[in-house]
Amino acid sequence: MFVGRHEAQRSAISFVVRHKAQRSAVSMGGAQHLSYPMLGYTFRRLLGAVLVLWLAATLAFGAMQLTPGDPAQTLLAASGASPEEVARRRTQLGLDDPLPVQYARYLADLARGDLGVSWLHGRSVGRMILEQLPATAELALAATAFGALLGMALGLLAALYRETWVDALATGLAVLGLSTPVFWSGLLVILLFSLYLGWFPSAGSGDLRHLILPAATLGFALSGSVARLVRAQVIEVLRMPFVMAALARGLPLRRILLLHVLRPAVGPAVTVVALQLGFLLSGAVVTESVFARQGLGRLAVQAILWRDLPVVRGVVLVGALAYLLTSLLADLLQVWLDPRLR
Amino acid sequence: MRKSVERASRCPGRKVLERALCALAIPQLQAISPRRPLRHQPLAFSSLLWLAAIALGAALAPYLAPSGPTATDPSRALLPPGPGRWLGTDFLGRDVLARLLWGARWTLGMGAEALALAVGLGLPLGLAAGGTGGLRDVGLMRLVDAWLAFPGLLLAMAVVAILGPGLSSVAMAVGVAAAAPYARVVRATAREIRAQPYIDAARAVGAGPWRIILRHILPNAAPALVAFATTQLGWVLLNGAALNFLGIGVPPGTPEWGAMLAEGRAYLRDAPWAAISPGVALTLTVLAANILGDRLGEG
Repeated sequence: MFVGRHEAQRSAISFVVRHKAQRSAVSMGGAQHLSYPMLGYTFRRLLGAVLVLWLAATLAFGAMQLTPGDPAQTLLAASGASPEEVARRRTQLGLDDPLPVQYARYLADLARGDLGVSWLHGRSVGRMILEQLPATAELALAATAFGALLGMALGLLAALYRETWVDALATGLAVLGLSTPVFWSGLLVILLFSLYLGWFPSAGSGDLRHLILPAATLGFALSGSVARLVRAQVIEVLRMPFVMAALARGLPLRRILLLHVLRPAVGPAVTVVALQLGFLLSGAVVTESVFARQGLGRLAVQAILWRDLPVVRGVVLVGALAYLLTSLLADLLQVWLDPRLR
Repeated sequence: MRKSVERASRCPGRKVLERALCALAIPQLQAISPRRPLRHQPLAFSSLLWLAAIALGAALAPYLAPSGPTATDPSRALLPPGPGRWLGTDFLGRDVLARLLWGARWTLGMGAEALALAVGLGLPLGLAAGGTGGLRDVGLMRLVDAWLAFPGLLLAMAVVAILGPGLSSVAMAVGVAAAAPYARVVRATAREIRAQPYIDAARAVGAGPWRIILRHILPNAAPALVAFATTQLGWVLLNGAALNFLGIGVPPGTPEWGAMLAEGRAYLRDAPWAAISPGVALTLTVLAANILGDRLGEG
């Protein structure tokens, strides 16, 4: 349970998970034994996610309203437009309408998937994000795979050799992964593998060789929380009577570990990996910058430097949407795997 | 925090009497494993020492640093570590050690400011939600959920985009991003404590909701909340430095650890020490905050 304690957000997530479990456990035993027990739960969770998404969109809208400066002015500043032109543009953008009207239009646009227009390029923000998304998704997926495998291996080793030097080493690596800034470990990795050894290119995106170093850097940061969770889970499972029973029946140790011990730990690990998406996206932004890769990170940093707020808002909203969807899926998966949580 | 979780899991009964009886047994369970003092835990103690050393170094930077943080000397550019320049010099001939010491002021100051903001926002919010329950709890937590849905660093980047660059906006951005998880944890801890029998007892003798929150929940939650705040110091330092590294925080040339890393990156091949030293300092500080937060939480 206390895996995520190292990273603020992760920790909060573990609380979220726990409280969801508790809440559902209380409602258990009610009239939930219908033929489609998942349906009601899915509907409730979906409703909650839509509500949170709406709140998040509203927060983003409010933040934009608080921003000083006139968007039309910013938009036309480079071309040296006359005040009349700026005024015309204001009307065109609907900035003269009352706030509730602007808000309603913003929500309607969002519902259609329209994230607005970049102040700097005059292009659709949605399109700009879609162009950069594959590169970031590629990095995030590769890092997740690397981090999950490394984390499970470290966690299992630490739990099996509990309170020995193996445990100390594995746990130490996990904490190090959580504490090392990716922008520093990334530089070290570049220094060693690109500049000194010359095995991999140091920057740019493209084929697999460009992906390995960034994915390993980000994956190492991710592995820490997975390792801590798997360690705690495995230690708990090892105490269970069924492990003792399996031992007593004389099953081979490897079989017990794989079938009886690791399997119950995989479910929560998958959930934690899924809920790490926010951390992963944040890390991907920095990793992209370190390795000079294409992706959402570069888009966001450029947009912030030019104060292109619609693009910033778009990236942030897409991040929130991705996070909500993943956590919803992870929750449903968890409940589907473990009917006690329904 | 772990203590309260253990208590909750050891007292799973839903009846007040059951919980009360079980809670009576807990002090004996705890007596078996008394808490070790901090100075007998080498890792946690050295973490505390490191944090103290960094704070001292930041405070005494003008006396300790061999030169000013921005004093350039082209004839001494990119020199490796050696006598008189213990961590080498960067591409403008500035002393890395001096910049590191002065940078501790920027980095730690930013961390303190951000942490104060996170606690200042998250604590009242979490207490109001977890300490009272009901509709207020549901409403506030939905808001926090929406806040949490934004990935931490992305949220901080958006705040910087709105406020404009600069160290104080970085501190605000990271603090705002860290406030939501803090509120979550405060609320969860408050709820756990609210389920304890002594809260029922306080209510039975007529204590009002705010008295219960301030006199009963807050003091009992304090150790867990301090522990989590320490952990969050690590997060805040890491992500504040990340914003500066990305170039959207402090102006270029500022002796801040993240910005130093970004500048050192261009000379990685010829002068790796200029990028490695601030990274070591930052990693050790975050690591110390994490280890300390962990040990405090176990307390």
